[in-house]
Amino acid sequence: MLEIRKTPMVAVAAAIVLFPLLAAAIPAMNHYTGIMVFAGIYCLITIGLSILMGYAGQISLGHAAFFGIGAYTSGILTTQIRIDPWLALIAGILAAALVAVAVGAPSLKLKGHYLAMATLAFGIIVNIVFREQVALTGGPDGMGGIPRMQLFGLMIDSTQKFYYLVWALVSGAFLFTVNLLQSPAGRALRAIHTSEPAASAMGIDIARTKIIVFVYSAALASLAGSLYAHYMNFINPSSFDLFFSIKLIIMITLGGMHTLWGAVLGSILIAFLSLEWLHFFEEFEIVVYGGILLAVTIFLPHGLAGVPAMLRNRLRR
Amino acid sequence: MATRMETNTILEVEALIKSFGGVTALMDVNLKVPKGGIKAVIGPNGAGKTTLFNIITGTLAPTEGQVKFNGGIISGLKSHQIAALGISRTFQTVELFDNMTVLENVLTGQHLHCSSIFMACGLSLPMIRRQERGMIAKAEKILAFIGLGHKADAMADSLPLGERKILEIGRALATDPQLICLDEPAAGLNETETEAAARLIQAIKAKGITVLLVEHDMHIIMNISDEIMVLNYGEKIADGTPTEIQCNPKVIEAYLGDSECAFI
Repeated sequence: MLEIRKTPMVAVAAAIVLFPLLAAAIPAMNHYTGIMVFAGIYCLITIGLSILMGYAGQISLGHAAFFGIGAYTSGILTTQIRIDPWLALIAGILAAALVAVAVGAPSLKLKGHYLAMATLAFGIIVNIVFREQVALTGGPDGMGGIPRMQLFGLMIDSTQKFYYLVWALVSGAFLFTVNLLQSPAGRALRAIHTSEPAASAMGIDIARTKIIVFVYSAALASLAGSLYAHYMNFINPSSFDLFFSIKLIIMITLGGMHTLWGAVLGSILIAFLSLEWLHFFEEFEIVVYGGILLAVTIFLPHGLAGVPAMLRNRLRR
Repeated sequence: MATRMETNTILEVEALIKSFGGVTALMDVNLKVPKGGIKAVIGPNGAGKTTLFNIITGTLAPTEGQVKFNGGIISGLKSHQIAALGISRTFQTVELFDNMTVLENVLTGQHLHCSSIFMACGLSLPMIRRQERGMIAKAEKILAFIGLGHKADAMADSLPLGERKILEIGRALATDPQLICLDEPAAGLNETETEAAARLIQAIKAKGITVLLVEHDMHIIMNISDEIMVLNYGEKIADGTPTEIQCNPKVIEAYLGDSECAFI
């Protein structure tokens, strides 16, 4: 069976709950909770991207666009029409899902490099829309004044509260995806990844299955975007550009795209790298990412999540 | 009498032509597969056997002509639609889901007969869990039938070739087909494995499933087939019982360039 064991999940859940308390107790780590909020937001995107790329075998270089669609839908609806942030969040997910169907239906017929090019172009186009629709999005200057969220009357007004909100949603998305992968729907995805002719001989509608998983990953990215908008209270187009799409790819490659744990691990690592450890590289940061991507693809093809298995194999020989 | 004949034919290929650019892979091929029997398609390498299979199962579209299954035209449908009608297949170059266990491969074969609603699966609703238990029970029965019960939890790519071919047949059976198309089930197998494959094919026939078979191993073909069609350079040169085929001069010429009874 597809191995997703319960014990590590319980351990990680405990760690997630305890982390902010630990961070608050150690002065040098106080700001780590804030970094973990970003890590959680990245996780939501990479969980979706991981089943799209790692399990279904489709590439997307445009997921920053769906992240942006969520953020801007939330931003625009809550500041200009002043609807409830949760309704705006759902509107964002629906918008992202619609766009994913429209983009996915023609482009998921493409394979390999062509699919990469199509999603890359899509990401660039959406970013241009964010920049140029000044009346709606505020253009390159961005839009501010995005309100905080409330949950059951409780204002999510501290980093710690937002941390718990984000990681509760990450846990939900993780469990949903784990269930999915062990179900007929998930097996259909994994079947497509290994052999499309065999999958369709088993009666699996390949085009439809690919679109569904593309929509799912877009919806998760949009959810992450809405949370990001409400956490930052300010958004601008550069957060949703090509570089962010590539950063997402680096996250799942570094963590290991054949397991959901890899997505979580990669997201946390890149969050800490980009917000904490790589500050002194300044504009050379991108070179470091390039180096990471290169090193991982050469030396760790299964990412960090694949290291234990690799070591075990080496010891056995 | 004529209508009676029609209802006994499960698959009918009519005036089929397939050309790839300037190359004609199949030239006006007609084929009738009687319900409940084992029909073999033989012919030298490059005769168009696999192309014929790919057209029947919807992987390729015919250039001209049509394929009828249970009287309805299926040529032009997509693979998964043809699978849903009750035609399953195996592949010459084994196409197992190597990222799955043996059991999961057979579970995936049940895709047509289970609910795979995205939200229900993600939320792991009781209905999905109940369904999964039923599917596992059915998969275990199929594995027992093909003799791979003890390998249920092994990864598919860890099996030797003989078992991989058998597993592919098991996966195809999981779709509950009326017609199963086997593309060289004995290729690359040793004698024991070939005999096991032959026994399995006969057991499938005994279940009432029609078998269409492409194979090179003449021993297996002559022993288990009810009817044989011979292709040579994309053209049908003979069609009949094993005995008729063995002594057909055109067949002997195509295979041996000689005029004695072949394959004895």
